[in-house]
Amino acid sequence: MCTTCGCETNGKGVRVVKLKKYQDPHHHHDHDHSHEHHHHDHKHDSTDTKEETHNQKIIQLEQDILQKNNLLAERNRGYIEAKNILALNLVSSPGSGKTALLERTIYDLQKEVSIAVIEGDQQTNQDAERIAKTGASVVQINTGKGCHLDAEMVNKALRELKPESNSILMIENVGNLVCPAMFDLGETARVVIISVTEGDDKPIKYPDMFQSAHICLINKIDLLPYVNFSVERAKDFARKVNHHLQFMEVSATTGEGMVQWYDWLKSKVQAEVLV
Amino acid sequence: MHELSIVLSIVEIAENELQKAQAHQIDKIELEIGTLAGVEMDALDFAWEAAVKNTVLAHAERKIQRIEAQARCLDCGLVYPIQQAWAECPACGEFFNEILQGKELRVKSLIVS
Repeated sequence: MCTTCGCETNGKGVRVVKLKKYQDPHHHHDHDHSHEHHHHDHKHDSTDTKEETHNQKIIQLEQDILQKNNLLAERNRGYIEAKNILALNLVSSPGSGKTALLERTIYDLQKEVSIAVIEGDQQTNQDAERIAKTGASVVQINTGKGCHLDAEMVNKALRELKPESNSILMIENVGNLVCPAMFDLGETARVVIISVTEGDDKPIKYPDMFQSAHICLINKIDLLPYVNFSVERAKDFARKVNHHLQFMEVSATTGEGMVQWYDWLKSKVQAEVLV
Repeated sequence: MHELSIVLSIVEIAENELQKAQAHQIDKIELEIGTLAGVEMDALDFAWEAAVKNTVLAHAERKIQRIEAQARCLDCGLVYPIQQAWAECPACGEFFNEILQGKELRVKSLIVS
């Protein structure tokens, strides 16, 4: 089994693909190819345990099991801080509108600030292709059978992406409200997105994710008249889990409320530049 | 499903320690897992069985010490046990709390020989 995704040797492992800068179809070249790297560390060491001795030794370790991930996350964070990048880890259930939100944000802000994207999905480049059409730099991570991004994958993606200084890096995590909560990627802040087509009790059903987030975007508010979702109830539930959480109500489709989100992004990038 | 990643991290830690100690085998591994660590114990058992095969932990006895989660109420200061992050203070009914323990996820010790 590989140490990243638990896949067998013949399974599909983690794949990091940098998408080509989007070009106008009229100027398209025929030799379009994306290069792929298969990152696979297969450690199948087995230790010889035949020799029996009674010389037992106790090793007091007290080591955090996620230490390796956390150390690597801190390396990512160092790189991100040194380059004054605002790195956001976007987490949500599948279908909350993360990619649509990113597309709109990039289109609306690209004249003011450079935005690069790391897309995490189990399979396909679909999301990265959507992002590439906006003109933004994008790297797709396919986690294979994995259910979350980890710091190592993001580290590899950063090497491919080489984001600009004083920019925004959006890391779209795998759509999953459980597993990504545990893995620090080295982000500046974690943004959890919940859409009004989901239950307003999501925050207490998946408390780990809401507890670890800094910002909560409530998306698809244009659909509020048609669904049984109470924004106040959702906020109350979320505050019970995490009283520091800051909320923004948005619609990536109509653009409603997006100004607040943009102001927050811009203020954060500027604040970092001033440091 | 992230429990598999966790078991694989434990195996890696155990391999490193075994090598550092220049011992032959791991007889016992003790873990500390808080009740709010985000680890489902059934999933961990399932992942463990599959992931430790042919590794240094294949024949190691595994002991798990659960750490019961506790929080301090930010309003009245009472320390009380919690079952989930959102738990109201039994004294004043407030939800604002600081989690004191229960998120541990550690390899506490190894016994090698």
